[in-house]
Order: sequence, then structure tokens, then C-alpha cells
Amino acid sequence: MAARGARLCSLLLLAALAGLGAEAKNSEDVRCKCICPPYKDHSGHIYNKNVSQKDCDCLHVVEPMPVPGPDVEAYCLRCECKYEERSSVTIKVTIIIYLSILGLLLLYMVYLTLVEPILKRRLFGHSQLIQSDEDIGDQQPFANAHDVLARSRSRANVLNKVEYAQQRWKLQVQEQRKSVFDRHVVLS
Amino acid sequence: MDDSSDPYLPYDGGGGDGIPLRELHKRGTHYTMTNGGNINSSTHLLDLLDEPIPGVGTYDDFHTIDWVREKCKDRERHRRINSKKKESAWEMTKSLYDAWSGWLVVTLTGLASGALAGLIDIAADWMTDLKEGICLSALWFNHEQCCWGSNETTFEERDKCPQWKTWAELIIGQAEGPGSYIMNYIMYIFWALSFAFLAVSLVKVFAPYACGSGIPEIKTILSGFIIRGYLGKWTLMIKTITLVLAVASGLSLGKEGPLVHVACCCGNIFSYLFPKYSTNEAKKREVLSAASAAGVSVAFGAPIGGVLFSLEEVSYYFPLKTLWRSFFAALVAAFVLRSINPFGNSRLVLFYVEYHTPWYLFELLPFILLGVFGGLWGAFFIRANIAWCRRRKSTKFGKYPVLEVIIVAAITAVIAFPNPYTRLNTSELIKELFTDCGPLESSSLCDYRNDMNASKIVDDIPDRPAGTGVYSAIWQLCLALIFKIIMTVFTFGIKVPSGLFIPSMAIGAIAGRIVGIAVEQLAYYHHDWFIFKEWCEVGADCITPGLYAMVGAAACLGGVTRMTVSLVVIVFELTGGLEYIVPLMAAVMTSKWVGDAFGREGIYEAHIRLNGYPFLDAKEEFTHTTLAADVMRPRRSDPPLAVLTQDNMTVEDIETLINETSYNGFPVIMSKESQRLVGFALRRDLTIAIESARKKQEGIVGSSRVCFAQHTPSLPAESPRPLKLRSILDMSPFTVTDHTPMEIVVDIFRKLGLRQCLVTHNGIVLGIITKKNILEHLEQLKQHVEPLAPPWHYNKKRYPPSYGPDGKPRPRLHNVQLKPIAEEREETEEEVHLLNSTTL
Repeated sequence: MAARGARLCSLLLLAALAGLGAEAKNSEDVRCKCICPPYKDHSGHIYNKNVSQKDCDCLHVVEPMPVPGPDVEAYCLRCECKYEERSSVTIKVTIIIYLSILGLLLLYMVYLTLVEPILKRRLFGHSQLIQSDEDIGDQQPFANAHDVLARSRSRANVLNKVEYAQQRWKLQVQEQRKSVFDRHVVLS
Repeated sequence: MDDSSDPYLPYDGGGGDGIPLRELHKRGTHYTMTNGGNINSSTHLLDLLDEPIPGVGTYDDFHTIDWVREKCKDRERHRRINSKKKESAWEMTKSLYDAWSGWLVVTLTGLASGALAGLIDIAADWMTDLKEGICLSALWFNHEQCCWGSNETTFEERDKCPQWKTWAELIIGQAEGPGSYIMNYIMYIFWALSFAFLAVSLVKVFAPYACGSGIPEIKTILSGFIIRGYLGKWTLMIKTITLVLAVASGLSLGKEGPLVHVACCCGNIFSYLFPKYSTNEAKKREVLSAASAAGVSVAFGAPIGGVLFSLEEVSYYFPLKTLWRSFFAALVAAFVLRSINPFGNSRLVLFYVEYHTPWYLFELLPFILLGVFGGLWGAFFIRANIAWCRRRKSTKFGKYPVLEVIIVAAITAVIAFPNPYTRLNTSELIKELFTDCGPLESSSLCDYRNDMNASKIVDDIPDRPAGTGVYSAIWQLCLALIFKIIMTVFTFGIKVPSGLFIPSMAIGAIAGRIVGIAVEQLAYYHHDWFIFKEWCEVGADCITPGLYAMVGAAACLGGVTRMTVSLVVIVFELTGGLEYIVPLMAAVMTSKWVGDAFGREGIYEAHIRLNGYPFLDAKEEFTHTTLAADVMRPRRSDPPLAVLTQDNMTVEDIETLINETSYNGFPVIMSKESQRLVGFALRRDLTIAIESARKKQEGIVGSSRVCFAQHTPSLPAESPRPLKLRSILDMSPFTVTDHTPMEIVVDIFRKLGLRQCLVTHNGIVLGIITKKNILEHLEQLKQHVEPLAPPWHYNKKRYPPSYGPDGKPRPRLHNVQLKPIAEEREETEEEVHLLNSTTL
């Protein structure tokens, strides 16, 4: 009971991430798999059936029975039956979430490495203005009234704020890149 | 907020000289009621007028934290909350919240790391199979899930079903033949290369800190080091995403080490929700310890092993409280992962063995041999990998991380595909090697010649002669072993997330399986030998090759990481083989002994040393007879120590001192004449305090006096207002005398987690010892003992050395004769690296 609750919880957690409502588990998601080794002149065989856990044994699953009546017990003794369940919804949702995040990141990466430099070059004068402005701001983040003014102005404009955060993040990443790839002081 | 204004409490007698006791009692009376009655509270009263300075008490990037200071800060905060508790219901709730926040944060960490591990497992399985083909009926299923309900699977080919299409079938329309083999080969290489390329470019563009295994860095962080952004949001996201890509690209790496990093990122991010943890670096490290336990718990499905791993391998400071929280975090994480059920087998781990065959006493011999192999492999791997990484660090070759990853991935894919054992996902390979050859198995590893004796019961298959399948499998396994050994050396350390648990285990499992089959055949053909005679009669099942694979895996992992207890627990939780603890212990212990004979440090310590992180290993012993005076700075030929005086320096003086030196802290003395110690002020705190004072307080100019003393000295009437900085002064710095043996000093640093320690003689400040000085000293002594050890020539300096000129020479009135320094000084110049930033 508790395990089922937890499963639902985790499902909901995942589903909430994707914004999808996860339904209860699919009827396709259980199987009883019996592996029967070679016996006398019968070769080995795998049986697969969608049955409930209490019916998961050789007698219910192995069908048609390859051996005649008296040998059934000996044959079934060798078969191993396993009841397994999975959640195809979880798998589906997970893969979709993963791929969409990966896709977004790739798009953003392409934007940052290819599109943005081109845009910058095209709007050269304007972008330089922004760049130099931000450079001053980054060197002395809390330095003077001018900066405070700039901050209050940017508070009015959400876009500027986002831009500011993005620039700060970029600087951080640049710093990390320098220490990992150029100076080799960490993580080599 | 208020706690940052005065984080210091006295914890030893040091620096008491500067506090006029009479004054203190008079002033302290009001405050003792609410503040637990400590002496230091007197400063609160003075500072109540000043507003607390934001930023004081925090640390810069690449700096070492002071555990003692952080713990004092936390105790102070705790006391304040406790004293306010009775005041109102709201305060009561706040204190309850505070008390529970530790458990809440580990719960959240456990939940998040379990969910992320589930995501990584599912996505990595899917992507790995994407290299082969695709499930046409449902694109999101991997190969096994695709054939979940299929009835077309046969006994020999268990994973074949019409829904699953290989790329050759899709592209050229034929499933068999050389054409389709080549097509599959090309697609395999294509996917491997594109996954590797995506992984490394994402790492490079968004979060360079996401590369590598992360355990050396986490060890260093937990020992009290700051690496900004290492446990941040972007690192978490990129590491999670690229880990899947890296595993799927077929590189010889595992996801276990990086999962520890992922869990620690979760721990760090959630600790920001709770002020108790976000403002205190020492408390945050307790959460990180618990998080690393959760990481291993989900990586291996071994909750207890995770807790022990955190205790044995990563954590530096591990009180019982943290043990329980780690236990709980590991439990929550394992529970979440279990309910996600990523492998579809209702188990946490991929390789769960189900055999319970007994082992015999004579088998200890091959187990110990496997242990020797593991130790040799570990020693070889550490040497080779460190040499390669040093090359990457020091030569131009390190400038092309993307190219390196692509080349390694290409070589791996080209060589791996033809061999079925290397083409397989590494965890699948380990699973197959661990499995015993029952009647249900049909792989070529289990192709024994059967004398179809139908009367036997299923569970007890006797030892049989090996068939051709087994011999060809051994042949392939030998090639796979060589391939894995070489590729793992070059793979660990490339700039994608890469762990080495799984590759190491795979190497051990391959070697173990080969040894197991060899012993089995030996026992079959020579069952009359005296060692086999007693146990292995004809028709008895006495050797289980799968068990040998398990023991080999543990031995190799032990050789590389030098873990013991946690490793054995992880392996038996991983495989469920409770009765095999003794073989595992024997092999792991042997591999540790053999490995230690070639070099005492495990791979993580070796990487820590390679990168020069300030990590003071608690496992090593200090056995030399040097004294504190030999290690302290300044050295005899250096200019004297840069100090501040408590009340006759101006703001300008201090600013020049800060600008001209690179030290991270300055001792404060009474006056130039008496030189007695008052306290210790950190550079960062000084800078922040002066800057904020210049901005906010009226009348603070360059010529203002700076006053660290209790009360301001009498000043001429026309002089500007003095700046009181007593709040940032650490009035209880740790001190030792110059004749303290280094043995004790090292012990103090390890156990208390100090950042620096002042050396005094009769109460007069002589010098300072920092963590970095100690590490340098240890390294120096080591080089004297083992001159063959490779020197650290490759690290470029970024700052002048700690004992450089400070431009402020001052006369020493009470100079003490120091012992002449025996060691060559020029050696230390080359050993300065990252630690430089922890210079004082």
C-alpha cells in the first residue's frame, strides 16, 4: 500500500514537472515471464503473459504445454517464472522531459555561440554601449549613486534585469571556463 | 543578519591580553541575560549602535573556511533563537522550524536526488540503446522495454522482437549480412560521437564545473574549501543532462561518481531555503555529507553503503547527528528511486545476483590473487592516469578539450563495436559477468558441454567442461580487459562527467570471471588434486565463476579508491550476496595492502594533490620532529610580519597595507612597542567594513583613526572621527607557542579545521601558520623522504608568495632567536598553486 502511494507520489512529482497528468498504471505494464530450459528433446522457450501476480506460475503461463501430462511437473519444476511491473508512463514522461530540456539547452547553446555574435556585430554601436555600461557596473557593483540609479531604472524594466542577470551568469561561466580549461587550476 | 556583526566567541585564552577585564564586566551586564552570559557579549553593546555590515563573515572564491569560527557563529545563532523562543508563538514556530530544518533539508535532498537518479537511469538506458536501433511502436522505450510484452523472443535470442528495429533494418532494410553489420557499425560510431560532442560542448558552454567525477572536489569542499558555483544550479542541470549523454556515448565511464556530485548540488541548493544552512558554511557541509550519502545510495542502490561511503571517503567532519541525517537521506533517496523503478525489475540495482552457492576454504587463494590483481591495477591506474592528467594540465594538449573527448569517443566506439562484451553497456556487462550459469542462461559464457542428465534438480548444476562458446568468450573477455584498462586510463579526467566506479568494477569483473572459469575447469579436470579432493567430487557444483567476478570487481574498485568497509558493504548490498562477505573482505584488504605498497593515496587524493587543493588528509600521520617555529611565516630572511596596531593606524594606512600585500588576514597587536596580540582581522572583512564605512558613515576619511580597541583613545580635537572596527576583529585567534611540535599543530588543524594559527612567544606575535603552510611543509618533508616523487613544477603562480615583501617593515623589539631553517627555500616557490589564494 505504502509503496503504491509512494509510486503515485513520485509519478505525480514527475508529472508535475512536465505539466502532464499521469494516469494510473497501464494494464500493459505487468508481465509474467517464464523461462523454460531445454528438456529432453524440447528446446528452451520463453513464455510471456499478462497475468496477475498470484497467477504467475508455470501452469498458468506456459501454454500450450509442450510436454505430455506425466512430464508436466518435471518440466514446470525447471521453469522460472518472474512477475515484473514497470511504469510506461514514467518512462515516457521522463524521456520527454529529458529530451525537451536537452533540446532547449541545445537551442540556447546555438543561440549563444552562433546567433548572438552575429546580432552583436550587426548592432555594433548599440551593443558596445550596453557592453561598456555593464562593464562599469560589474567592476564596481555597489560603487556610486549612478549605479543605484541604473539599478532603480532597471527595476522598472524586467528585461534589463534579466539581461543583467544573464550577463553576470556569463561572467561567472567565463571565469569557470578560464580556471578549468585555460589555467587548469581545478578539475584537471 | 545580526549574527554577522559579531560572530566570535572566545574558545581559548589567546588574545585575552587586549581586553580590559574591568571594563568588560561593567559593560556586559545587560546583555548577558539574553546572550548566554559569554564574555564576548560586551562587544554587542558597543556595536548595537552600528548597523551590521553585510558581507562580513563570508568567504571569497577559492578560500578556506574557518570551522571554528563557523561553529561559534552557529552556536551564537542557536542561543539567540532559543532565548527568544518564549517571547511569542511566532518565535516559537520559528525555533521549531529551525530545529526541524536539518531534517527537512535532507528529506528534500533525498527526494530530489532519488528523482534525478531515476531520470538519469531511464534516460541513459534509452540513449544507450539508441545507438543500436529504435523502438518503432513506442519511441521512448529502450530495447528491453520495447520487447516487454513480446512473445517472439526466443530462448537463445532473448531481446529480439519485431518492434525493435536496428538502424540497418530501418535504413537499408536488411537485418542480416555484412551490409547491415557495416551500417550498424557506422550508426554506432555516429551516435557515440554525437553524444560525446553534445556532452562536451554543453559542459564547455554552460557549466565547465560539471566535468569530471566531482568526488575529489567534493572531498575538498567538505574539508572546508570554497569553490563558488561548483554546487550551483547550472552545474546540477548540465551535469544531469550531460551525464546521460556521456554514459550513452559508450565511453569507458560510469555514472556513480557524478551522481554523488548531483546529490551534493541538490543538498547545496536546498540548503539555501533554510537560513540556518545558507549562512553558515560549516553547517552547510553537514548537509553536503548527508547528500553524498544519498548520492551513493541511489547510484548503487546501497543506502547503508552510501552512509559508510560518506563517512569513510568523502566527509571531513562527521558528527553523529550527521550520521543519522545521512542515514535518513540515503533512505529517502533509495525509497524514491525504488518507487520510480527505473530498471523495471522492482530492484534498486541492475546487478542483483540470486545464487547462494557456498564457497570453500581453498577458494580464498584465488580470491586473494584477485585482490593482488586489484591492487596492482589500482596502483597502475593511479600512476598512469595522474601522469596523463598532469600532461593535460601542463602541456598545450590541455587546450583542446573538445577534440580530446571526440578522439577518445571515436577510438572507444571503433574498437568497442566488434567485441560483443565491449559493445554492451558497461553495467549490462557487469550484470552478465556476475550471473551464474544456471540452466536458464543461454549466453556464450554459459556454453558448457552438457551431458543431458535429466534427473538433476535445477539449482544444482555440477561443474562441467567448457564448450567452444566459453573459450571464445574468454578470448573476447581478455581483449575486452585490455581495452577497458587502456581506455579507462585515458577517459577518466576528460571534460565530460565521468565516474570510475563502473569501469573499475568491469575490469575486475572481467578478470574475476576469467579466473573463475579457469579455476572451475581446473577443478573439473583435476578433481583428484588434494585441494579439490575434499570438496569437488565429480558432479559437485563447487566453483561459481560469477562469485569470482564479484570479488574481482570489489578488489579492483578497492585498489583504485582504497576504500574498505564501505566498499564491501556497497558490493554486498549491490548483489544481495550476504554470504560472500568474507571473500569480499579478503580481496579488498589484499588489494588495499598491495595498492598501498605502491603508493599510499587513492585516486581521489591523487587528484586532489594534482590540482593542489588545500586538503589536509586526516588519514596520514605526521611523524617528523619539526617545531611550529620552523614552519611559521615569516621565515628568518623574510621581512617581518604585516600587522595592524589596535588604535594608532589610519584608514589610509590600512588601505595601503591591504593593497601592497596579498595576505588574507592580519594580526592585530597592542602597539609597536609591546607587540602583544589583541586579535586577528581578515582581509575580506577589513575591505568590506572600510568600504561600507566610507559609504555610510559620516566623517570617515583617509586620515581617520581605525580603532580595534574597546574604547577609543583620546584624540586631538580637530582630528576626524575614528572608525571602530572591533566588530570584525577575531579576539580569540588560535595561538600556539613557537616551541609547539608540528605534530600537535597538524593535529589541531585537522581536528578543529583551523584556517590559520598565530605563533607567539611570551604573548608576542612572532608569526603565523596557515593551512597552506602546513601542506607545503608536509610536501617538503615528503620530498625529502621520497625524492622520486614527481615534483609539482607545473603549477603557475598567480600571487606573490606568502612570505613576500609587505612593504611595511617594522622593528622587532623583542626578537626571538629562531632555529635556522634547514629546508631549501626555492622548493617552496614551485609548490605554490591554488593554495596561494589561501595565503595569509
